[in-house]
Amino acid sequence: MKYALYTGCVAKGAGRELMSATVYAAERLGIQIREMKDASCCGAGAIQEDNPLLADALNARTFSLAEEQGLDIMTICGTCQGVMRTAQIKMEHNPAHKERVNAALKRDSGREYQGKVKVKHFYQIVEEDYGLENLVKRVTRKLTGLKVAPFYGCYVLRPHEYSDTKVPDRPDYLEKLIAAVGATPVDYAEKQKCCGFPILMPNKANALQLSGNAMIGALKAGADVIVTPCPLCHLNMDSYQPEIEEMLDRKINMPVLHYPQLIALALGANLDELKMNTHVVLPNEKLLEVVNR
Amino acid sequence: MAKTKFLVSRYDAARDTKPYLQEFRLEIPQGATLLDCINLIKWTQDGTLTYRMSCRSAICGSCSMKVNGHARLACKTQAADVVIDGAVTIEPMGNLPLIRDLAVDLEPFFDSIDRVKPYLVPDESRQWKREMLQSHDDYRKIEDASTCIMCASCWSDCNVLEVDPRFLGPAALAKAQRFVHDSRDSDTIGRIEFLSRVTGMWDCTHCAECATRCPTDAKPLFRIKELRTAAMTHKITNNNGARHVLAFRESVGGTVPGIGGGMLNENYIPVRSVGFFNLDGILSIIPVGVRMIIRGKNPPILPHIIDKFGEVRAMFRRFNDYRKEYRK
Repeated sequence: MKYALYTGCVAKGAGRELMSATVYAAERLGIQIREMKDASCCGAGAIQEDNPLLADALNARTFSLAEEQGLDIMTICGTCQGVMRTAQIKMEHNPAHKERVNAALKRDSGREYQGKVKVKHFYQIVEEDYGLENLVKRVTRKLTGLKVAPFYGCYVLRPHEYSDTKVPDRPDYLEKLIAAVGATPVDYAEKQKCCGFPILMPNKANALQLSGNAMIGALKAGADVIVTPCPLCHLNMDSYQPEIEEMLDRKINMPVLHYPQLIALALGANLDELKMNTHVVLPNEKLLEVVNR
Repeated sequence: MAKTKFLVSRYDAARDTKPYLQEFRLEIPQGATLLDCINLIKWTQDGTLTYRMSCRSAICGSCSMKVNGHARLACKTQAADVVIDGAVTIEPMGNLPLIRDLAVDLEPFFDSIDRVKPYLVPDESRQWKREMLQSHDDYRKIEDASTCIMCASCWSDCNVLEVDPRFLGPAALAKAQRFVHDSRDSDTIGRIEFLSRVTGMWDCTHCAECATRCPTDAKPLFRIKELRTAAMTHKITNNNGARHVLAFRESVGGTVPGIGGGMLNENYIPVRSVGFFNLDGILSIIPVGVRMIIRGKNPPILPHIIDKFGEVRAMFRRFNDYRKEYRK
């Protein structure tokens, strides 16, 4: 299995530990990845609002780069996944739009998007292409006793018409992975809600309240840690957790794991290899107990 | 045929301190909508069950309620499609005060619509000799928003409204888009300026619940995105939300020298978004910056430049051409 790895911006910036875990997990699983060093930002919804055609052309360019390599794309960011699939589906459903995008792309970069490449998040690849049963065979450290709260992030679930997640109102991808690595998934009402990251700049109070509500929900359900396929959700819940605790006047102390970190831990990685000491919220007692057992 | 378990939220302020789920059992008649089933429960099992309904044709917008946790029009939902493990849970819409059982007070929702001047503001200085005609292309810009049936499904499931009741909300913003893009309206700039304030278009967090729950083509999230495009096009950018978008343009497109090349510059984004001369704003982002530096989580100082950035730069150099081509 070989994919063109679309890192997105966060894995190269404020979430470099996501990159470390992705490389570790993919290598141990035997999934080959080739980093797309020439791909641009997906626009994250912002460039789409500034200039919709340019944003689609940027993503068409990325697709054409993967097509050139003859590889499908693996994303590791829920937001990139949602934004890129939206661009792709828009072009699939509207050939005239695809033609318009391609005309501009060809003019400015000499490229053309043919419509062949598949774009999948790591979590879809593990479950749909690789198979959880194959992952289970490679688990060397069962995370037994660790209660993990799944947090999906909006972009892989909604709008339904742009989501590849099966039954997006009742997703079970993360729950299945959590069980596959020997941990216990916990259920809570906020697991499919928004973390608030997109409004951190225009309305910080609301952004932090949304993340706070989600983490309190996970805490009440008995979670030891949260796992998310979206590094933007991670950033809001991890980097701002001290401010959220202050705002809610409540200690949370909830490590927020990137999706590949959970896999890598089960495949035997130590916390240093995963750079988990770069998280603002360091591994708590329970996580240390399970990992060092 | 086995009977389905209907778990229906009940609440009577005179008797109950909080809502509870009551179980009814009903065999779903073939082809019955959820509203048909609720009517059957009311007519044959408990006449006190309270809810709104009228047209039964998905046009009046009265019968929206939460079905298995998400807002839907009961009359537009096949009951058999929403049964999970032999049961369906029916609750009142969210983000609205509860009156009784499934009936909620819609005043906050309709108040939000009133706040966006939901009517045409014509150019009074012009002498109109005939009705104001629209071209087909002009109408298409407002067609989707015009299909809103005011059912409040979007309002019910909006994540921002859960934490901030002051937010204008998805339906009002979709309604606003309908007038911002109306070729006959004369208050475009005034509207965008009003909608750019706190509680307006930039407070939407993209949770996309509204676009997912909307039973028509109004799909508020997409209308909110169109409003933001209008704000950027008209250069109404003196707020954190619009500056955040400008920061994307400048760092991904490299339109400001030294700021970026194809990827986001995560050091630049927060400072540019709050405004270089906004002391309170700058102070507000210092704590997270310090925390990240302490952990070594801060983004690299030098911006990341992608390979073959020249291709992306060439695209951004034609920024205005892309906008023109999109409008064609």
